[in-house]
Amino acid sequence: MLVTIEIDGKKVQARSGAMVIEAADELGIRIPRFCYHKKLSIAANCRMCLVEVEKAAKPLPACATPVTEGMRIFTKSRKALDAQKAVMEFLLINHPLDCPICDQGGECELQDVAMGYGRDVSRFAEKKRVVKDKNLGPLISTDMTRCIHCTRCVRFGEEIAGLRELGATGRGEHMEIGTYIEKAVQHELSGNVIDLCPVGALTNKPFRFSARAWEMRQFPTIAAHDCVGSNLNAHIGKNKVLRMVPRDNELVNETWISDRDRFGFEGVNSDDRLRVPMIKQNGQWKETDWTSALDFVATGLGKIASTSGVSEIGALCSPSSTVEEMYLLQRFIRGLGSGHVDHRLRQTDFSDQDAAPLYPSLGQSIEHLETVDAALVIGADIRRQQPLLAHRLRMAALDGANVMFLGSVGSTYQFPVAANVVVDPRCLTNELAGVAKALLKQASVNPPAGFAESAKAVQVSADHEAIAKALKGARNATVLLGTDAIHHPDLSTLRSLASLIAQLTDAKLGYMTEGANAAGAWLAGMVPHRGPSGSKGAPAGSPISEMLRQALKAYVLLGVEPDKDCGDVRAAMKAMRDANFVVALTAYQSPSLEQVAHVMLPVAPFTETSGTFVNAEGRWQSFAGAVAPQGDARPAWKVLRVLGNVMHIDGFEFMSSEEVRDELRTRVGNAHPDNKTRWHPPRPFVSVPQGFTRVTLVAPHSVDAIVRRSDALQQTTDAPTFAALVSDETARELSVREGQMVAMAQGGNEITMPVRLDARVPRGCVLVYAGQPGAEHLDPSATLTVRGI
Amino acid sequence: MSNEVCFRLNDKDQSWSLKTYVANGGYEVWKKILRDKTAADDIISQIKASALRGRGGAGFPTGLKWSFMPRTAPGQKYIVCNSDEGEPGTCKDRDIMRFNPHQLVEGMAIAGYTLGATVGYNYIRGEFWEPYERMEAAIEDARKAGLLGKNVLGSGVDFDMHNHLGGGAYICGEETALLESIEGKKGQPRFKPPFPASYGLFGRPTTINNTETLASIPEILRHGGKWFLELGKPNNGGTKLFSVSGHVNKPGNYEVAMGMPFAELLQMAGGVRTGHKLKAVIPGGSSTPVLPANIIMDCTMDYDSLAKAGSMLGAGSVIIMDDSTCMVRALARLSHFYYEESCGQCTPCREGTGWLARVVHRVEHGQGRPEDLQLLEDVAKKIEGRTICGLGDAAAMPVASFVKHFRDEFQYHIEHKKCLVGGAH
Repeated sequence: MLVTIEIDGKKVQARSGAMVIEAADELGIRIPRFCYHKKLSIAANCRMCLVEVEKAAKPLPACATPVTEGMRIFTKSRKALDAQKAVMEFLLINHPLDCPICDQGGECELQDVAMGYGRDVSRFAEKKRVVKDKNLGPLISTDMTRCIHCTRCVRFGEEIAGLRELGATGRGEHMEIGTYIEKAVQHELSGNVIDLCPVGALTNKPFRFSARAWEMRQFPTIAAHDCVGSNLNAHIGKNKVLRMVPRDNELVNETWISDRDRFGFEGVNSDDRLRVPMIKQNGQWKETDWTSALDFVATGLGKIASTSGVSEIGALCSPSSTVEEMYLLQRFIRGLGSGHVDHRLRQTDFSDQDAAPLYPSLGQSIEHLETVDAALVIGADIRRQQPLLAHRLRMAALDGANVMFLGSVGSTYQFPVAANVVVDPRCLTNELAGVAKALLKQASVNPPAGFAESAKAVQVSADHEAIAKALKGARNATVLLGTDAIHHPDLSTLRSLASLIAQLTDAKLGYMTEGANAAGAWLAGMVPHRGPSGSKGAPAGSPISEMLRQALKAYVLLGVEPDKDCGDVRAAMKAMRDANFVVALTAYQSPSLEQVAHVMLPVAPFTETSGTFVNAEGRWQSFAGAVAPQGDARPAWKVLRVLGNVMHIDGFEFMSSEEVRDELRTRVGNAHPDNKTRWHPPRPFVSVPQGFTRVTLVAPHSVDAIVRRSDALQQTTDAPTFAALVSDETARELSVREGQMVAMAQGGNEITMPVRLDARVPRGCVLVYAGQPGAEHLDPSATLTVRGI
Repeated sequence: MSNEVCFRLNDKDQSWSLKTYVANGGYEVWKKILRDKTAADDIISQIKASALRGRGGAGFPTGLKWSFMPRTAPGQKYIVCNSDEGEPGTCKDRDIMRFNPHQLVEGMAIAGYTLGATVGYNYIRGEFWEPYERMEAAIEDARKAGLLGKNVLGSGVDFDMHNHLGGGAYICGEETALLESIEGKKGQPRFKPPFPASYGLFGRPTTINNTETLASIPEILRHGGKWFLELGKPNNGGTKLFSVSGHVNKPGNYEVAMGMPFAELLQMAGGVRTGHKLKAVIPGGSSTPVLPANIIMDCTMDYDSLAKAGSMLGAGSVIIMDDSTCMVRALARLSHFYYEESCGQCTPCREGTGWLARVVHRVEHGQGRPEDLQLLEDVAKKIEGRTICGLGDAAAMPVASFVKHFRDEFQYHIEHKKCLVGGAH
C-alpha cells in the first residue's frame, strides 16, 4: 500500500510502513545519518537524522519514523537543522579531531557530515574521553577513542553474522565497544564491520596507513576464492592492490564479503611472485626472456608429441582460473591432439562424469537460497567454504526453514539447525541412503534399480525420518552437494542418492563447487570428456586421477601448486617428477614447481588480468585487470594465445580476452544445466566402518595459491594446524591426550603428528588438514591405523 | 486527613502480613471481582472516574493507559510494576512494599485481570533488599492462600506474579529499559513507537504502572472512583505520597490529599531546619525544575498547580533546601548523577550530560568562565527533546531551572571564584 507524503515540499508516494529516511533516500534527499544502515535493524541512537515533522512537538529520527498518509516532513527547516547541528556538536566533543593522522580520514562519514553540520570552532573546553584500544585479532585494527557508539558493528554481529562478538559494555560516557574478554573476532564475515564503522574506530589492519582514500583508484573486480563470485572494488595505489572492499550487488553478495575475499588478495603482492620466465637447465633455474621461454615450451612439447605421441601431454588448471584461460588451455591441448585436460584437482570419483550436468550449478539463484523452507546440505563446511551462501541459508533458517547438514565435519552454525548428522566419511552414502529409504517408504514408490539390494541393510534412523519429513513437507526445498561431497571417493553414489532425494521431494539439487570458476571450467571444456559448452567430438582424455596414474610424459600446469592443490598430492608429485617435461604457468615461484617443472612462465593473478568467472548460479561476471602485471608477468590468456601461435595451432587469433569470452558465450548460448542425474547403481553402503578413517579438510585459507600467501589470513584461527584432530571420545578410545604424538599408518607409510581435540570430528576419525607435511601419505577418506606413542 | 490509601495500615501491628491485610478488608475487591466476573470496562471506568494519574512521575491518566491495552487480543500479555524508584529524593514505593505489600499484590492481580494479563512482574530497585523480601513473602503467602496462581479461588482466572530485583541502574526505571532488563538484556530504553501496549515485555502487549499507582487500585475499587477523586481535587484525584527530604526537621514519607498547600506539607515535615529560612524546593524529584521559596510557597501540591508554576509534581519527591545551600554545588551534584546514570545509548545524552557536569563542576570550583552560563543553557536546550528517552530531559531541566532562578549565585561563582552562600570552596 502506498501513502502520499511530502518531503521538503516534494510530494512523493512511499510504501506504507517505510521509514522517512528510506523515502527521502529514494527521492535523493540526503538526511545525515550514522547508526542507520539499510541492512541492519533500526537503532535510532545517533540522532543525526532528526527531522521536523508537521504536528510533532519534537524533531523525530527519520530512520525510525514510519511514513503516514499526508505526513509533511522538513529535513532542512530551522528546527531540523538545529537538531542536526546539535547532535553533530555532541558527536564531535569527545571525538579526536585529528583526521590527518586517522586511517579513516578522507573516507569518514563523521568527517563528511561534519563538513555540512559542524562548527568551525569547538566550544568544548574540557578533557576529551580516551578509550583503550582492543586487540581484535589480525584483521581489524581498533582506535576506540574514535568510536561514536552507533552500534552498527554490534548489530552486524547479532543480525548478520549471528555471532555476538562485539558488544557495548559500560554505560553513559563509559560505554565501550569491545569483546568484553579480550579475544580475536573469528567469524568468517567479521571484516565487514570495517566498512560498517562510520569512523576510524574499526579499520583494516593489514591495509592501515598504507594509503589515503584520495590517492587510490578504484576498479571493479570479482572475488576469486569461492563459487559465489562476490563483487569487489579493488583499491589501487602506485600500481599495487592495497585493499578489497565490497561492491553492492543484491543478487550476489548484497553489501557483504567474506574475510577471505577481503584479505586473501594480499597474496598477489607476495615476495615469491614469479616476475620473469625461468628455464631449468642442468638442474639449475635460469632467468630468460619470453621469446626464449615460449620457444623452449614449444620445442619441449613438440619433442614429446613427436617421440611419445600427443596423448602423453596433459594439462591441469586451478578451478579459479578464468573462463578465457581455461578455454584457451583446453583448445591448446586439444589442438595438439590430446584430450587430457582437467580442473578437478581434488576430485577422486569420476565414474559417473558422463551423466554429470552441463556444469555443476547451484540449481537456483543465490538469492533464492534465502527463501527455501528446507535445505539438506551434504558434505560441506559451508560457513568456511562459501560463507555468503551460509549467510543466505541463515536468513532462511531465521525465517523458519529447516536447514539440515549431513557430513563428516560437524561445524557449528549461528542459526537453528534442524539436523546436523556427522559421520565417518565412509558412512556418508549409508546415511543418505537412509534418507532415501525413508522417503521411498513414505511415498510408496518403487526404488530405482539396485537400490533395494544395496540398501537392504540400511537402517532408517530417526534423523533420516526427520530429514525426509522436513524435505517432503517443504514447498520450496533444496538439496545441496558441497565441496567435501564433490571430493568424496564415492561422489557418484552421493550424487545419485541426492538426485533421487531431490526428485522424491521436489527439491532443487545444487552443487557448491570448489574455486571461483568450476562452472566456467566445465563450460570452457576444461574436462577430459567434454569440449566447450558440453560438446562431444573433441579428443577425449583422462580425468586427473588417470592422468597421474598413467604418468604422462608432459604436463602443462596453469595456476597449480601440485603439492597443495591436488587431492592426491603423492600421486601428483610423483607423476610430475617422473615426467620428461613440465610447463608451469604460475604467478609464484613455488618450491614444489621449482622441484618438478622444467619451465615456469610468470602469469598474472586475477587482479592483473582481464577475465571472467562463472559463479555457482551460472552468472558470468567479467572483470578487467585492476593493475598491470608485476615484473614480466603476463595474463595467462595472452601467453596461451601466443603459445598457440608459436605451435601453429588454429584458432588463436584473438585480440582481446573479450573476444575469447564472446566466442565461448555464443557457443553456450542459453544452455542451462539440469542437475538431475541419471541413476547410477550405488556401491555397497558401509554402516559400521572398520578401523579409523582420515577426514580431509581443505582449510578455508588454503584453498588457492593466493590466499595461502595472505599473511593476515594465515594468522587467524581458521589457519590449518599441523595436528591429528580427534574428538574427545576417539582420544579416550586411543588412550591419548591433547598434545601427545600419534602415529598414523596407511599402506606402509607412517606419519606422526600431535593430537588436538576437536569436537567437529566424528568418532573413529582423524582429521588431518590437506597440505600438512606428511599428510600426502594418507589417502583422504580411507582407512588407517592410529596408535599413541 | 492522611494515610488513607497506600499507607492506611502503617499504624497496624505487622502491617505487611497477610493476616493484618485481610483483617482490614484486604483482597475483598479481588475476591468480589473473581466472583462477579466484573467487566473490565467497568473497572476501567471506575479508574477513569477516580482521576488517578501515574504516580511514577509522568502523571499519565491510568484509566486511559489501561484502555490502550489490547486486552482481548490472543496470546500472552503482561502487567509490570515499576518499583525501581531510582529518582533521587524518592523513597515512597519502598515503604509501600515494606508496610503494605499485599495491597500492591492485590492491585497487580486486579490489573492483570482487567488487562488480560496472566503474569505480572514487579521490578524492584536493586538496593531494596528488605522490600524485596517483604514482597517475596507477600506473594508466597498470597499463593498459599490461593489468591494467586492457576484458577484463582476456582474462578477460572489465572494470575501469578514475580519479583525481579534490578542491578542498580537508574535508567532501568525508564519503562522500556526496565523491560529490556527483565528480558536479561542491558538496560537501555527502546525507541518508541512501538509502545509497550503493543510490543512490550518479550514482544507481547504490556502495561507498566508505578507501585503507588497499582497499590491505589484496590481502595479505589472498594470505595469507588468518586471517593478517590474527592480525596483530592478535580483532575488530580486521590492522595499522594510525598517523600520530603533535605533541610526539614521531620523528613519522611507523607500520604496526604492531592492539592494540599505546600506550606501545610512543610509543616507536617516539621518545618525548615530550625534557624534557617527556606531557599528553594525541588518538588518532584531531581529531574523536575527547582522552584525558589517565594514561588513554591504559593503552590498546592498537585499536578496542575506545580505545572503552572513551571515545575512538575513528578514522583512527589520534595527536596527542601534552606538558605545554607549553595545552588551551584547542588546542581553540580545533580548533574554528576545524570552524567553517571546516562545509559550511553543516544548521542545527546551520552555526550551532553558529561559536558554539563564538567562545566558545572568547573564553575563550582572557581574555574568558571563568563560564557559558561550561556553554554550551560545552550547545551541543556540541545539535549532536551532529542533523546530516545526522558533521561536527557531530566538532566537538562535542573540545569535550566537552577541557572534561571539562581543566576546571581552562578555569576558570583564565576566572577569571584568563590561561593556567595557558604564562603569559598
